[in-house]
Amino acid sequence: MIRPHRSHPLWYAFLLHRVSGLALVLFLPLHFYVLAFALTQPERLDGFLRWTDYTIVKLAEFGLVFLLAIHIFGGLRLLALEFLPWSPRQKTLAASAVAASFLVSGTFFLQAV
Amino acid sequence: MSNIRDMPNGQTMEVRVWRSDGEGGRFEGFDVPQRESQTILDVVSWIQQNADSTLSYRFACRVGMCGSCAMMVNGQPRWTCRTHVKKVLKNNRLTVEPLRNLPVIKDLVADMDPFFDKWVKAEGVFHPSKTRADAIEAISSEHPMRVEADRAIECINCAVCYAACDVVEANPDYLGPAALNRAWTLMNDERDAGHDVRLDAVSQKGGCHNCHSQQSCVRFCPNELNPTASIAGLKRETAKSFFRRRD
Ligand code: SF4
Ligand code: SF4
Ligand code: FES
Repeated sequence: MIRPHRSHPLWYAFLLHRVSGLALVLFLPLHFYVLAFALTQPERLDGFLRWTDYTIVKLAEFGLVFLLAIHIFGGLRLLALEFLPWSPRQKTLAASAVAASFLVSGTFFLQAV
Repeated sequence: MSNIRDMPNGQTMEVRVWRSDGEGGRFEGFDVPQRESQTILDVVSWIQQNADSTLSYRFACRVGMCGSCAMMVNGQPRWTCRTHVKKVLKNNRLTVEPLRNLPVIKDLVADMDPFFDKWVKAEGVFHPSKTRADAIEAISSEHPMRVEADRAIECINCAVCYAACDVVEANPDYLGPAALNRAWTLMNDERDAGHDVRLDAVSQKGGCHNCHSQQSCVRFCPNELNPTASIAGLKRETAKSFFRRRD
């Protein structure tokens, strides 16, 4: 349960940024591990890549692209907040970051299926 | 008499109030009559005057000027003298606790010392650049720095933002939104001669760079100030001075 003093859109934006960052941290070592197969065991890499034909894996990829996009756009929002003159439209900016991330990851998904 | 303005139907609400002698504590329930126009401070005062005279709480002005009446109401920090019951009552229930992130002296009275100590630590004090023999400096109300200071100056030291802030909760050294907001007003005071010491003070451990920009302070500040914007200003100034000092 999210505690009452946290229940506002910009705190959720913070949460999304944090969770996406942590999820990417968990993903990256795995990503490099699999990529390393290209050098060490190319057959295994090919086997692994065949997995990506499954819809469920495509969905997971959609999630991954979404995480990346939300972390990028959310990060840009924070940079703007800290280094540009203050904008009173903070909630709109956070919502735009989410919308842009859905756009990017949705487009990716439609291209992939 | 106390019931002159009670609602005609005699409806009451369930109020849970935090009772504590400073160490530990527990909630105590009270049935409090509902009134047409009633603030949280009215509710707490009703309990103290009619149900339990040992209940301790703090207030002074009752009109949102002094900043002494802030408490947690249903888990959110509020200035109780200007918060209407109607606005926050949920399922006919209210929970009233002392402000978060501060030690409790008794019941609803938080110890404000750490809050004000941090104002001093953040160099939230004016450093004069002139003597009384000098002429008073004319500052235009349209000067960009003055405009910036104006946006942040109406703080009533209520510590609502301090109680709303997760970083204050997680890091006991964090100076907090109000102290940093105050520091920012002084960074925009042309008459102030302490800009460098203040920048050092706000960029130390626990300073402005700890802020996660969650803006809970902005969400709850009863005077609609924007500590996050002030802190962003400090972050920019410290970044600038970092490069200045290196060349
Ligand atoms: S924006 Fe900064 S000061 Fe305000 S509540 Fe969040 S962490 Fe605290
Ligand atoms: S900044 Fe707002 S919430 Fe914080 S102490 Fe000042 S008036 Fe209260
Ligand atoms: S009693 Fe003074 S601000 Fe509430």
